[in-house]
Amino acid sequence: MNEIIRSLIIVVGVLVVMLSISAGLIWLERRMLGLWQDRYGPNRAGPFGLMQVMADMIKILFKEDWIPPFADRPVFVIAPAVVVVTTLMSFAVIPFAPSIGVVNLNIGLLFFLGMAALGVYSVVLGGWSSGSKYSLLGGLRATAQMLSYEVFMGLSLMGVVILAGSFNLGDIVEAQRKMWFCIPQFIGLVIFIIAGFAETHRLPFDLPEAESELVAGYHSEYSGMKFGMFFVGEYLGITLISAMIVTLFFGGWLGPVLPPLVWFLLKTLVFVLGFILARASLPRPRYDQLMSYAWKVLLPLSLLNLVVTGGIVLAVG
Amino acid sequence: MATIYLDGTPYEVEDGQNLLQACLSLGFNIPYFCWHPALHSVGACRQCAVKRFKNEEDQKGEIVMACMTPAVDNTRISINDTEARQFRASIIEWLMTNHPHDCPVCDEGGECHLQDMTVMSGHGFRQFRFAKRTFRNQYLGPFINHEMNRCIQCYRCLRFYHNYAGGRDFNVFGCHHHVYFGRHREGVLENEFSGNLVEICPTGVFTDKTVKQHYTRKWDLQTAPSVCVHCSLGCNIIAGERYGRLRRIRNRYNHEVNGYFLCDRGRYGYEFVNSDRRLRQPMVKAKGTFKPVSKERALEHLATLLNAGNSPVGIGSPRASLEANFALRALVGPERFYLGFSDLDFQLVRAALKILQQGPARSPSLREIGSADAVLVLGEDLTNTAPLMALALHQLVYGNAARAAAELQIPVWNDAAIREIAQDQKAPLVIAAPTATKLDHVAKTTYRASPDEVARLGFAVARCLSHEPVVVEGMAEEEVSLAQEIAQLLRQAKRPVVISGTGCGSEAVIQAAANVAWSLAASNPAAGLSLVVPECNSLGLALLGGQSLEAACQVVQAGGVDSMIVLENDLYRRSKSAAVDDLLSKIEYLVVIDHLASGTTAKAQVVLPAATFAEAAGTLVSNEGRAQRFFQVFVPEGEVQASWRWLRDISRTAGSGDREPWENLDQLVSALAEALPVFQGIQKAAPPAAFRLMGEKIARQSHRFTGRTAMLANITVHEPKPEDDPDSPLAFSMEGYQGLVPPSLITRFWASGWNSVQAVNKFQSEVGGPLRGGDPGSRLIEPEKTEKFSSFDGILPTMKIGSDEWLIVPVHHIFGSEELSTVSAAIAERSPKPYVALNPEDAASLELDEGEKVELALDDGVFQFPSRFVSGLPHKVAGLPVGLPGATTFKLPAVGKVKGAADRAEG
Amino acid sequence: MLSILRTMWTILLHTFHRRETVQYPEETIYLPPRFRGRIILSRDPDGEERCVACYLCSVACPVDCIALQATEDERGRRYPEFFRINFSRCILCGFCEEACPTYAIQLTPDFEYCEYRRHNLVYEKEDLLISGPGKYPGYNFYRVAGLAIDGKDKGEAENEEPPVDVHSLLP
Repeated sequence: MNEIIRSLIIVVGVLVVMLSISAGLIWLERRMLGLWQDRYGPNRAGPFGLMQVMADMIKILFKEDWIPPFADRPVFVIAPAVVVVTTLMSFAVIPFAPSIGVVNLNIGLLFFLGMAALGVYSVVLGGWSSGSKYSLLGGLRATAQMLSYEVFMGLSLMGVVILAGSFNLGDIVEAQRKMWFCIPQFIGLVIFIIAGFAETHRLPFDLPEAESELVAGYHSEYSGMKFGMFFVGEYLGITLISAMIVTLFFGGWLGPVLPPLVWFLLKTLVFVLGFILARASLPRPRYDQLMSYAWKVLLPLSLLNLVVTGGIVLAVG
Repeated sequence: MATIYLDGTPYEVEDGQNLLQACLSLGFNIPYFCWHPALHSVGACRQCAVKRFKNEEDQKGEIVMACMTPAVDNTRISINDTEARQFRASIIEWLMTNHPHDCPVCDEGGECHLQDMTVMSGHGFRQFRFAKRTFRNQYLGPFINHEMNRCIQCYRCLRFYHNYAGGRDFNVFGCHHHVYFGRHREGVLENEFSGNLVEICPTGVFTDKTVKQHYTRKWDLQTAPSVCVHCSLGCNIIAGERYGRLRRIRNRYNHEVNGYFLCDRGRYGYEFVNSDRRLRQPMVKAKGTFKPVSKERALEHLATLLNAGNSPVGIGSPRASLEANFALRALVGPERFYLGFSDLDFQLVRAALKILQQGPARSPSLREIGSADAVLVLGEDLTNTAPLMALALHQLVYGNAARAAAELQIPVWNDAAIREIAQDQKAPLVIAAPTATKLDHVAKTTYRASPDEVARLGFAVARCLSHEPVVVEGMAEEEVSLAQEIAQLLRQAKRPVVISGTGCGSEAVIQAAANVAWSLAASNPAAGLSLVVPECNSLGLALLGGQSLEAACQVVQAGGVDSMIVLENDLYRRSKSAAVDDLLSKIEYLVVIDHLASGTTAKAQVVLPAATFAEAAGTLVSNEGRAQRFFQVFVPEGEVQASWRWLRDISRTAGSGDREPWENLDQLVSALAEALPVFQGIQKAAPPAAFRLMGEKIARQSHRFTGRTAMLANITVHEPKPEDDPDSPLAFSMEGYQGLVPPSLITRFWASGWNSVQAVNKFQSEVGGPLRGGDPGSRLIEPEKTEKFSSFDGILPTMKIGSDEWLIVPVHHIFGSEELSTVSAAIAERSPKPYVALNPEDAASLELDEGEKVELALDDGVFQFPSRFVSGLPHKVAGLPVGLPGATTFKLPAVGKVKGAADRAEG
Repeated sequence: MLSILRTMWTILLHTFHRRETVQYPEETIYLPPRFRGRIILSRDPDGEERCVACYLCSVACPVDCIALQATEDERGRRYPEFFRINFSRCILCGFCEEACPTYAIQLTPDFEYCEYRRHNLVYEKEDLLISGPGKYPGYNFYRVAGLAIDGKDKGEAENEEPPVDVHSLLP
């Protein structure tokens, strides 16, 4: 009984915390972008403009929930939910601290990869069902981009798996007590970060929604809370990828003095800020550059990383 | 065709043109001032300089004036040559040294030829540092504002006013750079075409005084093609509106009809549209007073009224459109439809129509009249009844001289040379009329006599022409020889034209004219017969067919008719007041649809506010038989709608359901053409409402139209959607097609770089020629060309005049005799008070001084009017002006007694 | 790759830069006299309306938010019968000021005129007219124009000769 209540508390807690963090990220991102662009960002509503999030939420909830007559109605409605659901599901396997985690799954990493793959459908379906040429183009771009980057996203993590000898994320964290995997798996880290950007289609890899050419791409036709779901999904994605980076390469909750959960959150925050910094500073590549970079550079590199790691482990072990 | 080389490229041009004309026709821009397609070349302004080269090898070339250089074969010129460009720029710079800093307060600004040409020549900065020359202005009457400082001495005004329009009270004064254009002393410009100075003047010396009172720039006007409603000639006009009021009338070029000019009645008569007398709301009479009601309320009331009484009779109107008259005819049924003519007009217009339909002489257009080589005018004072026809006849002198010049190899455009040949030559024009006319001074021969004697002369001429013995009883020896002389003149002519009309009120005169024209046409198919009718749609109404007002009176007197619908007609202008009072007293339910309050509307039970020519679309038939469409210019305030829409609504609410399902003008027009095949042609008068260019309607507003988001902001800040126009392919908006449109849909003359009215060059197939796509209008009457014809026998119903009796003939006034134009303040200022015209000898025998009152005893009663001496009236003939506002309506000509009034001193 | 990192580093350093934003309602900024804010109609040095209702401002206006009607008083001066600017449409581009040949219409450094009702942003002539000559203190259009008005006959404007005597033939 206690076990069930504990699980429920953790599940609800993770949901609440993740959703509020992603909402808070909206504020954080705008403030940080402001900071790096020598301005303020939202600073009027509440202290430090924190209530801006509330204002945004109220606004977005009160907007007309418009479904265009030319849209494929059921798919149009489901698409934004998919991204939120899959991303939230992924959080289930993340070990926030030694005993804080929704489920301790022994194929946690594979579950994460599976959920990330499912997330693609959200964008593809949203883009297709909108019945608009911009959305369709956005959806097409998203499909190709995410499929490509998913390939070596998985491959880049295999080095970590080899080193840790487990797909269980908790075990992977424990395996880093001696040395964080960011050192032996540096190439894997770089590749995973790049793939993470592409998976969350964040700037500089936001080609599916490039507003300058596709007028917001796959979510052109969305408004109100449906748009809000895509919006929240994006920030959940950032948090998820940051949390994964921390778990897989930076020792998860491991750290001296401070409690494990705090370590985990601090490390995650750093990578979230990294995401925002990338948005503040980097321009968007051309689509063909993006694709050729994936297949011609990153894929061979990740394969090489895998082979070398495997070889060393074989040789040493 | 001749080949000219422009900067090395060969172009084919018409023979006999000058270079300026040819280059403009080819679409090239050359600045010019003194040249005008109608006034030809004098080479005064030196602005149209181009470089001409001797041959292909010649690099040096010489500067020539394009307007004075014939476009002969192998002419090599350059427009863009540096030296020529500099020459033109320095000319305009000199012209501008004295031009005042007035553009913001100048009415010409924005449509100023001088502005356009300055921009075209590239002059932008005044380097001349010395003082500007100034002049004092003159008061030139209610039509024209004078601002002499702006003059650039191109002489166009003088050449138009003096040479083209025959005005004598305007000239050039002073010398060297003090040349002054004006009157010898301040006063009203007398010529009936003075308003054209506004369009002729390339800058703002002469501007429209009526527009000045509610000034709007050209780009701010909502304009639509329209047709003048102030006489029967159907001149094409462009009417412009702003803020719900009609602002001005400008000429709409139609090569066949009015060309470049309008008369002052047409130009300044428009203000009746804005008059205080306008009806804006349906009104229902309750207990003797009118009460404004809503449209629905009025129609409901009408339904009960009309259903209570017998089926109504309808009175049509010669000043309403064909469509409105047809809608009335359809509502009341053809057998109960009466034409709203006076009895005499009914008889005369019907006769005229029959003559035109019968043939063989066809009715010429105004252009053809202007290029005739012999003209006989019978009984018509054209300057006052059909002004622009008089202007066309003025050009006979020039045409005559140009034919002589052609033999000397002088081209027709060499104005000075041809005027030199013409000297004081008279035109091949014979005028036989009861009163002196303003054309007399250009006519070769004039003959003044009573209408019957004019007719007798006409019959005599016809007999001469058909080689019959001239036996007309009672003709004097000199009249016989005059008849022979006229016959000789007409017989020798290649394009003779006979003009007559309803002006002197005699059917015999019209018949005589027909006889002359028919006899001519038997041997010369080019012979024309033009008959002037009283109002803008008189001929159209006669074509529609129906009975006379007299017949209506008889039906009403006989009883059984207790309701009547009167369409755009003031019956008090059609018949004696007593007769109208008598008629209307028998009518229990009188419905009047009109746009101005009148004596007739005062007697009505229900008054419905009709749209004027500027507020609805419709078709008018001119005296030539040309059906022309006028278009709605703006959406009027109040519950004003087109008469035919009122009639349709009446028929829907009161009548037998959806008998007339017309939703728009096109449906009505096709119903009309189907019901009366003679009107098949009116469908071709303009494109249907579904017509689109590049998928768009044609914009009524210019692309520079301003104030769209502020003009109604004091009422509401939410800009209303522009009104739809179901009747035409024009839009009440600046959105729509702005390029070259079919000629009947030209809303304004504008081309890039040509903001002034001179932009018309760009709309013509060749400069001064027909509009691109053909001139608007479709001729409904085209008589068969046959050598056989049945002429009228010349047995005259001579008026019996006793020895103590006088013949009273009608006198028409361009300003005053027409109903609508006199509502305009400027025209009213020029219109005379009622008077009796006597010749001075007769007056002396009555011992009268000018201005003293005369007692006039007619059948209708005894009347007193001040006298006015008019030399040229025949003996014992008195003239009485017709149609003056508020004056009694007489049936003229009439026989009566004239004597000095007892209390004459008061006059 | 290195350049990307360098870029990110440069941007990161901006954390320590001064912010350019001016906290507007609390801090006010300096507006130069030629700042393009609220439109006014000025008067000439004699205190008369400068506007001669030439319609050039309205035709220059890209959003068509100026409507007026010209009229003339008994002294021969042109003036607008009404002059209306719909400030809810105005984009403060200043084209009207550039087009104005008499320096009548001028843009001022005032831009704080919000309203809860759009209708209150419709300004009529009475709301627009100020009592002074604005940026051009000395200019009076009628002193340079050739038009005669009460108190300034023909030939009395700047740089004008006295009116020509038409009856004289002397050179």
